[in-house]
Amino acid sequence: MPTLSVNGRTHEVEADPSMPLLWVLRDLLELTGTKYGCGIAVCGACTVHLDGQPARSCVVPLSAAEGREITTIEGIPAGGALEEAWVRAQAPQCGYCQTGQIMAAAALLASDPSPTDEAIDRAMDGNLCRCGTYQRIRAAIHLAARDMAGGAP
Amino acid sequence: MSTLTRRDFVRVTALAGGGLLLGVYGCDGMGGGEALPVGTLEPNAFLRLDPDGTITVISKHLEMGQGTYTGLATLVAEEMDADWNRVRVVAAPADVERYANLLFGIQGTGGSSAIANSFEQYRRAGATARHMLVSAAQSRWGVRGGGLVTEASEVVEPTRGRRLGYGELAGLAATMPVPEEVPLKEPSAFRLIGRESVAPRVDARDKAMGRATFTQDVKRPGMLTALVAHPPRFGASVAGFDDTAARAVPGVVDVVQIPTGVAVVAEHFWAAKTGRDALAVRWDESQAVNRSSADISQELRRLAGHQGREVRRDGDAEAALAGAARTVELTFEVPYLAHACMEPMNCVVEVNGNGAVVTSGAQIQTLDQAAVAAVLDLEPAQVRIETLYAGGSFGRRAAKTSDYMVEAAHIARALEGRAPVKLVWTREDDTRSGFFRPAFVHRVRGGLDGDGRLVAWWHRAVGSSSAAGSALAAPEGDPSGVEGIEDMSYAVPNVYVDQHSPEPGVPVQWWRSVGHSHTAFAVEVFVDEMARAAGRDPVDFRRELLADDPRRLAVLELAAERAGWGSPLPAGRARGVAVHRSFGTYVAQVAEVSEEGGEPRVHRVVCAVDCGIPVNPDIIRMQMESGIVYGLSAALFGRITVDRGRVVEDNLNRYRIVRMSEAPEVEVHIVPSAEAPTGVGEPGTPPIAPAVANALAVLRGRPVTTLPLV
Repeated sequence: MPTLSVNGRTHEVEADPSMPLLWVLRDLLELTGTKYGCGIAVCGACTVHLDGQPARSCVVPLSAAEGREITTIEGIPAGGALEEAWVRAQAPQCGYCQTGQIMAAAALLASDPSPTDEAIDRAMDGNLCRCGTYQRIRAAIHLAARDMAGGAP
Repeated sequence: MSTLTRRDFVRVTALAGGGLLLGVYGCDGMGGGEALPVGTLEPNAFLRLDPDGTITVISKHLEMGQGTYTGLATLVAEEMDADWNRVRVVAAPADVERYANLLFGIQGTGGSSAIANSFEQYRRAGATARHMLVSAAQSRWGVRGGGLVTEASEVVEPTRGRRLGYGELAGLAATMPVPEEVPLKEPSAFRLIGRESVAPRVDARDKAMGRATFTQDVKRPGMLTALVAHPPRFGASVAGFDDTAARAVPGVVDVVQIPTGVAVVAEHFWAAKTGRDALAVRWDESQAVNRSSADISQELRRLAGHQGREVRRDGDAEAALAGAARTVELTFEVPYLAHACMEPMNCVVEVNGNGAVVTSGAQIQTLDQAAVAAVLDLEPAQVRIETLYAGGSFGRRAAKTSDYMVEAAHIARALEGRAPVKLVWTREDDTRSGFFRPAFVHRVRGGLDGDGRLVAWWHRAVGSSSAAGSALAAPEGDPSGVEGIEDMSYAVPNVYVDQHSPEPGVPVQWWRSVGHSHTAFAVEVFVDEMARAAGRDPVDFRRELLADDPRRLAVLELAAERAGWGSPLPAGRARGVAVHRSFGTYVAQVAEVSEEGGEPRVHRVVCAVDCGIPVNPDIIRMQMESGIVYGLSAALFGRITVDRGRVVEDNLNRYRIVRMSEAPEVEVHIVPSAEAPTGVGEPGTPPIAPAVANALAVLRGRPVTTLPLV
């Protein structure tokens, strides 16, 4: 039986190996913070990390997720820099895309701790937000970057 | 009866009737010394105060991103003098008696009306609770009359330094008479309303971290997930189907025919999706819509040449046009649009012995309750609705026929109540199944006199009624098709407006700002063109025409000033302006635009808004930012194409929306006001398309009359 490592825990999953990771997470493991938006990797709502790299879980088959360390929004520390930055910037509106946005932002900040606006745009351009919260997301990423660097907020 | 103490001294008293009274006595050394009964204060349908001090505001309005949970909680907390950190919000059940929208008469969210219709009601609810808490403190301390104040969820007697928390007082307050009349605060006494940073969104933290529950996330014991194969063309229906392969998919539980197609019911989404892909359906297309977008466009343009249903006549526009020194005529056209909420449509229906439970994030509970009840042969009151957060709506979940909820109810019915069922639409279902913003054509003629004054405005609006076929349709005509034209306040002596409302068979519904989403485009681009014909600056030209509309004028002036109207710009960039009133709120926007590689690029938008008393300034800014980006997606890219009754676009790669790198920097300025508050969810959208178009007209030297721009 395939095993998945999600947020540091190992799960045995009985499912078709072609089943997208998104639906394994949501429907079998009940980790519903990862959202379905398009199913074809164009909206970013389903963003998770595979071995630290951002990935669109709606197009990653279960078979390709085996043996990788999967991180979902549930694995992002509560009360951490990203959560506080998102709250301070008052980024969420409907909120549906925001977990994917945070996962994309977390991956960006892991590789670029102090991103410019242009770097943020590049990293975040695949994460759509229908409420148009982009400028607050950009502000939140800068806030989180400063916080993680230990600077004054 | 149990009672509360702050120290734990318990006394048991035998009562005459043989029962036991468990008395828990407080020894707070602050006077009183008598028991405070443990209890919950529920003075009305809109709030509850628990003994731990938690204040639960019950929202009659759907939270779909627009911030209404925070807004309604602000109203309650303001009058209650509540500690904002102890306030949470839950959705009201479907109950038209208690939770009607006071502007609609039924329970529903829409028309940017949540704050406008709740402003007194929710403040009164909070003031009532405060009054009862003060009465309880008076009783507890044995004091009468004034002298007590409230702040941050405490009643305080300043002279003696005594204070009691709301939670401690809740049980005693619940025994106090509910006052019939309570005074509301004067605006000068507001501590939350209109203040910055004191009432942040109540939903931000949970939404950021994936802890907020959307319908998509609901799981009930034994629940099944259904996907529906819908007809490929509007008006087509099921002729027959072969479900052998679908049923062979592991996890598929059943395949059932319903009025809108064939439902594949499975243990989870992926099994249902795989089953649906394997399903072979034969469609009866004999009644299918044959028209394509080009046919509909041609029909709308043809009707624009024929007299329509008159909706406004001031003076004699034809005569004034005939006598004008200069006339201009433009025909505007906008396409069908999808709402494209990030959360595709979905709904959970659970049939039980007493009725049914519908779990959904939907805007109009009263209609949905009745529609689902009709499918399940129940009385509306037997349908309970649990309203969850909606992952966007923009009017889509104000489902005029309750379409997707009815579809879920049909599946539940076909399953004979075997299991709770969650209907999930894929993105493709969501894009293609419709209820679109209608396509419209506007034909506008204007005349200038010899001094360059606008003396005639003749306007014909042609397009489907968003409300047609619903319980909310007007008895005659389509008021939403001419809103923003019919109430245009430019001082023009001769105005004529009429409309046609054809129904070419494409399902339409209100879309963020409804008619204003296209009327503002036609009106504001036309005003700019008349200004150009008169050789006038567009802001100056509007300023004169708005002399009798001070609120519209004020937002125009503010936006123009903050945008640096008239100041130099980098080469290749131009500014465009638009001002519009919708849902009682006045918004002006100035857009800075260039063209790069054949695509317009909007760099900056300066927005001024007057929505009466600003309740939550940051939410007002959020909604302007949101309305602008939403409207910009439509202006730049939005188009649903119909090909012989079939929708061509299917997913977000073909229905393009603005990305972060394409989003302008938005700057919002709020006009201080003492007027009754009006909504902000929609009014940010109408001005952006004409503001961008007007800037492009400067760059191109000719007016922009069709959308989308790309």
